[in-house]
Amino acid sequence: MLQINIYAIYSLWLREMIRFFRLKSRVVGSLAPPFFFLAFLGFGFGSAAMPAIPEEVGYVSFLAPGIIGMTLLFSSTFGGLSMLWDREFGFLREIMVAPVSRLSIVIGRTAGGVTTAVLQGLIILVPGVAMGLKISGPAGLLLSLVFMLLIATTFNSLGLAFASRMKDMSGFSLIMNFMVFPLFLLSGALFPISNFPGWLQTLALFNPLTYGVDGLRGSLVGVSAFPLALDLLILAFSSVAALSLGAYLFEKSDVE
Amino acid sequence: MDAPAIAASGLTMRFNGFLAVDNVDLEIERGELFGLLGPNGAGKSTIIKMLTTMLRPSAGSAAVWGYDIKKERDAVRSSIGVVFQDPSVDSQLSGRENLDFHGRMYGMDRKTRSDRIAEVLELVDLTDKADVLMEDYSGGMQRRLEIARGLMHHPSVLFLDEPTLGLDAQTRRYIWRYIERMNEDEGVTVVLTTHYMEEADHLCKRVAIIDQGKIVALDSPENLKDLIGADIVTLEVDDSVTDDQVRAVSDVDGVEAADRAGSILTLSVDRSEARIPEIVLSASRAGLLIRSVSMHEPTLEDVFLKFTGKKIREAESAGAGRMAAVQSRMRTRRH
Repeated sequence: MLQINIYAIYSLWLREMIRFFRLKSRVVGSLAPPFFFLAFLGFGFGSAAMPAIPEEVGYVSFLAPGIIGMTLLFSSTFGGLSMLWDREFGFLREIMVAPVSRLSIVIGRTAGGVTTAVLQGLIILVPGVAMGLKISGPAGLLLSLVFMLLIATTFNSLGLAFASRMKDMSGFSLIMNFMVFPLFLLSGALFPISNFPGWLQTLALFNPLTYGVDGLRGSLVGVSAFPLALDLLILAFSSVAALSLGAYLFEKSDVE
Repeated sequence: MDAPAIAASGLTMRFNGFLAVDNVDLEIERGELFGLLGPNGAGKSTIIKMLTTMLRPSAGSAAVWGYDIKKERDAVRSSIGVVFQDPSVDSQLSGRENLDFHGRMYGMDRKTRSDRIAEVLELVDLTDKADVLMEDYSGGMQRRLEIARGLMHHPSVLFLDEPTLGLDAQTRRYIWRYIERMNEDEGVTVVLTTHYMEEADHLCKRVAIIDQGKIVALDSPENLKDLIGADIVTLEVDDSVTDDQVRAVSDVDGVEAADRAGSILTLSVDRSEARIPEIVLSASRAGLLIRSVSMHEPTLEDVFLKFTGKKIREAESAGAGRMAAVQSRMRTRRH
């Protein structure tokens, strides 16, 4: 079962692409929340000095990478969970009855979900720059792309893992509200985690998105709380761990 | 000699102690158009799900096109096409895109795909709708596209689970024509499930009648109906009908069997059009009041009645009860 079917992976990826570019209203809908966070928090706090943010950085440059992280978190988790829709509308059967290894299906779906999430992250970069985000340089931009890929892989796979364990859509909003939202607020996307009380800071250290947001900040703006190598290492680990978990649970799950 | 298209022995599916499929033996030849006929909840879909590798049997084994459904799942999957009972298309994609997706999943290259898409669309008369999104297809068009998709990768065996469920009479006839056409033109072995008697009768060369997870009869529709032999004459009589009166009727020449259920007498009668006058006369001589008479040639419904002792519709409500019991049992297991 460990063989890889390139055609099938491409087919699954292409399907996500077609759907992404076809369902423009859904994309606009999923980009609206991060855009509003960016705009209103940016305008609201832009001129206020916040403790633990270096003054030369400014709040918008601090916030924008965090909002990109938020976009990636929400869209990739949603992408992973979208398997629930395929099950609900029967398309999962069409995928599962094909002579394609389960691993190829996971890789294809993940590739599609990650690509669409990164595209959305890049789209949010545009209003960020317009509002005053200063990108350190092309190398930093390229490095931030790596971080985006790793963040999206981690959470897309987690979404897939959850979807494999759920029988219907009822758990969807539970996960969005009680897992995704706290992960976002606990990641230091909106303010430095050093502003948290000690126990909450400790909790934040177990959140992969903390390192994702920090890595995006380090690569895009040049300011980070942890060494970038550490961010990269932890995210690479969380990607592999989550992908393995997602693939394992998907393999175990029933279609019926 | 080639292996049969399908060979199952002792195939069994148990859901938490409930027997959905009970020790089924089945052999289907290559090129056959074969039907599994039975009420909802009889176990037809479960049989199909096992043969298509979507469910692992609890016991027994089966080979599809010579490949073991438990050990050679990918080889089985490569040999079959499946049209599921419930819709299984991506409604955000066009018909062509759904077929293209499918072709790629089965490893077909671009040229092969586009040639084949044209062919299968032609077969189900959807060529001019190829680039319409699935969400804008009608139910019947969607079904036709799913049939085309099932054929797309040149499967050796095509499984159709209730292919005309919920479709209007005209669309149903179209679908029948497509199924016959692909069985003849493409030589594909077709295995379909249905709970419509006339569908099995019209389409299938051989029919297995299934009730409560078991095959109760298997033959061509003609042979099955010959088991009933004579025509069926139904008499609606008075509630107070006595055994003597029934005997008077069944003693008439040509009446082969009589069966009473309340005020309904069901008779098997050879050449019934010539016998009915005599039956009515003999009944009135015995003082039996006949309210109405009807007759029909044997149908698979009568065959079903003969083997299961109930009409398919009665079996259906019983079957639905069985299904509900399974589902609630499965739900309790989950939580």
